[in-house]
Amino acid sequence: MGDLTLLWTHAGPSAFAAFLASLVEFVEALTVILAVGSVRGWRSPIAGAVAAVVLLLVLVAALGAALSRVPLHLFQLVIGALLLLFGLRWLRKAILRSAGVIPKHNEAAAFSRQTAAMRQLPRAGGWDRIGFAASFQITMLEGTEVVFIVAAIGAGGSGLLLPACAGALAALILVILLALAIRKPLSQVPENTLKFFVGVLLSAFGTFWLGEGIGLAWPGSDWSILALIGGFLAVAGASVAACRERVA
Amino acid sequence: MRWIRTILAEIFGLFVDDGAFAITILLWLIIAGVALPRLGISPAAKAIILFAGLAGILMESALRRARK
Repeated sequence: MGDLTLLWTHAGPSAFAAFLASLVEFVEALTVILAVGSVRGWRSPIAGAVAAVVLLLVLVAALGAALSRVPLHLFQLVIGALLLLFGLRWLRKAILRSAGVIPKHNEAAAFSRQTAAMRQLPRAGGWDRIGFAASFQITMLEGTEVVFIVAAIGAGGSGLLLPACAGALAALILVILLALAIRKPLSQVPENTLKFFVGVLLSAFGTFWLGEGIGLAWPGSDWSILALIGGFLAVAGASVAACRERVA
Repeated sequence: MRWIRTILAEIFGLFVDDGAFAITILLWLIIAGVALPRLGISPAAKAIILFAGLAGILMESALRRARK
């Protein structure tokens, strides 16, 4: 029964949050890689993306070994604070976009901007350093975000890192399959809606880990995460309505 | 080495885009971290106070931005 409770209240939301958050990041990276590849050829951008993934894996292995020596409550405190800065920032932006205060992110427009920029850059025969660098940089950046999200979501204790990794891996496979199938930016992905819910999930996890880190005994233990998700969802929904009134 | 600076700046941007919002969150976390364990109230009340502070900061910051 205890294992089942952990599965539904911790592992399930962990995998789901990592999947949604990673999906957003992979879609953003894919847009740039597709733009670079369609203008400058595929060899260098693919090599750049693979090099960045390898470097990220090396960094994760090195950092993972170092972080395993940090006491759990201290780790939860730091990760909780970072997760709250990250998650609340996403949620605030998603609220402002939903309310029409700031424009929504548009993958098709980002693709057009990137292809136009790539066409203006000089092209040499053979190895394309610009294509490699552009792809390497975006994969490193979005990949770092994914690594942070997975590490932060999996910070709660043993058994949580695996579902978080599985969620991120499922998102990566889905994005690669979709990219191979449609060969265009994934502009149909409702990015703002995803960011809204990911912001809610990350904020809930961040609050929970931080509370654990300062020694708070959460009422209902793991079930508090579901209450926090509901609380942040309600506050975010009310904030969207209030912001809409302000801009109307 | 410019790409390293770019990536580091982008990583900083993951956590901070509105400076006042980020600082207010950190201040609240410090206050909650110091004060909550010392308060002689129930764990449920402590949890609600921690959440309410964060929810209030989020709502106030979004409304402040919408008013601009």
